[in-house]
Amino acid sequence: MNIIVLLKQVPDTETQIKIAPDGKSIVTDDIKWIMNPYDEFGVEEALRIKEKFGGEVTVVGLGPKRVTESIRTALAMGADKGILITDDALEGSDSLAVAKAITAAVKDLDYDLIFTGQRGIDDDMGVVGASVAELLGIPNISLGIKVEISEDQKTVTVNRPVEGQTLVIESSLPALITAQKGLNEPRYASLPGIMKAKRKPLEEKSLADLGLDASEFGTEARKVKILELTPPPERAAGKIIEGETPQEKAAELARLLHEEAKVL
Amino acid sequence: MIELPEEIEILKQTVRRFVEDEVEPLAYLIDEQERVPDQLVKKARDLGLFGLTIPEQYGGSGMGPLGLAVLREELGRTNMGFGSFFLLNNGIGSKGILYQGSDEQKEKYLPKLASGEMIACFALTEPDAGSDAGAIKTTAERRGDYYVINGTKQFITNGPVADVATVIVVTDKKLGAHGGISAVLVEKGARGFIQGKEEKKMGWHGSATGSLIFEDCTVPVGNLLGKPGQGFAVAMKTLAFGRLGVAATALGAAQRAFEMACDYASQRVAFGKPIAKQQFIQGMIADMATEIWAARLMVYTLAKDMEADLERNTEASMAKVFATEVAWRAADANVQIHGGMGYIREHPAERLYRDVRLLRIVEGTSEIQRIVISRKYLSNPL
Ligand SMILES: Cc1cc2nc3c(=O)[nH]c(=O)nc-3n(C[C@H](O)[C@H](O)[C@H](O)COP(=O)(O)OP(=O)(O)OC[C@H]3O[C@@H](n4cnc5c(N)ncnc54)[C@H](O)[C@@H]3O)c2cc1C
Repeated sequence: MNIIVLLKQVPDTETQIKIAPDGKSIVTDDIKWIMNPYDEFGVEEALRIKEKFGGEVTVVGLGPKRVTESIRTALAMGADKGILITDDALEGSDSLAVAKAITAAVKDLDYDLIFTGQRGIDDDMGVVGASVAELLGIPNISLGIKVEISEDQKTVTVNRPVEGQTLVIESSLPALITAQKGLNEPRYASLPGIMKAKRKPLEEKSLADLGLDASEFGTEARKVKILELTPPPERAAGKIIEGETPQEKAAELARLLHEEAKVL
Repeated sequence: MIELPEEIEILKQTVRRFVEDEVEPLAYLIDEQERVPDQLVKKARDLGLFGLTIPEQYGGSGMGPLGLAVLREELGRTNMGFGSFFLLNNGIGSKGILYQGSDEQKEKYLPKLASGEMIACFALTEPDAGSDAGAIKTTAERRGDYYVINGTKQFITNGPVADVATVIVVTDKKLGAHGGISAVLVEKGARGFIQGKEEKKMGWHGSATGSLIFEDCTVPVGNLLGKPGQGFAVAMKTLAFGRLGVAATALGAAQRAFEMACDYASQRVAFGKPIAKQQFIQGMIADMATEIWAARLMVYTLAKDMEADLERNTEASMAKVFATEVAWRAADANVQIHGGMGYIREHPAERLYRDVRLLRIVEGTSEIQRIVISRKYLSNPL
């Protein structure tokens, strides 16, 4: 089983996001970058499948040089090789352009399965996985919370939650699966793993290396344009329910939930 | 921001996450029970924490001073008792073997120390010799193919639980600190070797500290590290590395105290507004932030220099004394900002205050560090 995992580097969830003066992007200085948590589920699942069936796990990232850190983290967890698609012309690309670049990088690799997160926790678009599957012409199964490879390694069965029910999907291979929370508990990169990762191959590819035309990428080529970013509204102060007795307070709470919050 | 090599940055993120997810939820329990749960020790082993600085050929990760600094900074953020198990294996408990050990000794101990199968300790301090390490009285007398050890070591981290101890002993009374002190390995269960009970301590609960008693304790001559008389050098070199580690722990503790203080000050309302709006509190926060930045620059400059194999003994003392005193002031200010809450056992501010106190004492007290520093400048006037 050869498996590819697509990963994105995103700001740590604890980072205080500030909107840049242009009103359309965020200030990236001093941001702590991490591997997109949904992609991490993909890495973990790929490693588990590799441990069971053998094969190789290749991690593919896209973005500036700093993304190597997230790729190396995946290598430290146990993946075998990394590819970083990096090119100044990619800066500002939309999801479809990203999917095109990734497709060009993976289409000639030998793979049975591709994992990626169901979405990036930064832009929350959730488009790249499905687009790559479409461009590669392979089945796309989204939001997997359980993945099982058949003994003959020809098909995959994926569980996907749907409104409290579970949809069980079977697909031929190769296929692309997007990972949802609940799929697994990702392992820590072990310390010896971190040192070993330094020696694992990590290739860099520019758009030219991939045979792509730079004019189809970047901010100018976006099909989806960002008009404006606005910060979330300040959270209003909480309300303390007044009352002499628990009964009085409960009655007041019920009234407020009904009349003000309108949830009852 | 200090630029760190990629693998060190990954190490930092990994340990930060391990501490937040696995250690911090148990920090209070470890403090109360004065014991690190076996399950957590196992997780630390699986992660490879025992072998961080042990060379890869012996099953460790072979990281240097920078890796150690990052690890200890992150561990300084939580219950400090947790790390002592494996910090000894990575520091003073294994360095002697690494620096002076024979190939045979390295093969025998380092892989087991790296995996955590064996726990190490380092025994220098005695009832009558702490700061004045040259005054130790524990003797090792050669009798044929054996050394016979007599004496008592005190306040030894991991003493009660260690599988192998690096013990600093007098092999030649006449020469004393000038070539008469040696380092010898003693294993658990050696004849005449008694591992004393665990002391009750102010902080660092979960880290077992106790006496080692040697009553005609007999070990093969092959247990000597290096040559007779090299023990003092082993001890001093080992401790210099340790000072960086203590400084980094202090940095992590100071940073944690600072974060806790900022959070609480922003939430706690008195006189109708968050206490963070009071100038007194703002001053404390500003001082903490400023001092922590200075400590951070010192610790990481030192670690980078040591990583490049530069001799930085004086600077190690400077970083140790400064960072541990910054941490002390930060822990105190944090308790103050928390008011009564900061004095309650269940609040981490209280534990941090107790844990941090040790850092000014171990691996050379603040006074001894100042002596070391001043000596360099006063004996070599410009
Ligand atoms: C929890 C814990 C763990 C420890 N772990 C270990 C361990 O693993 N291995 C080990 O070998 N030791 C260990 N120690 C011992 C520790 O290193 C010593 O306690 C420390 O070095 C101080 O020695 P002392 O206690 O004998 O104090 P003393 O040397 O008696 O000092 C008492 C006071 O006098 C001051 N003082 C001494 N000499 C001078 C001077 N010349 N000028 C000015 N002031 C001076 C000191 O700074 C201190 O304030 C540990 C101690 C503790 C509490």
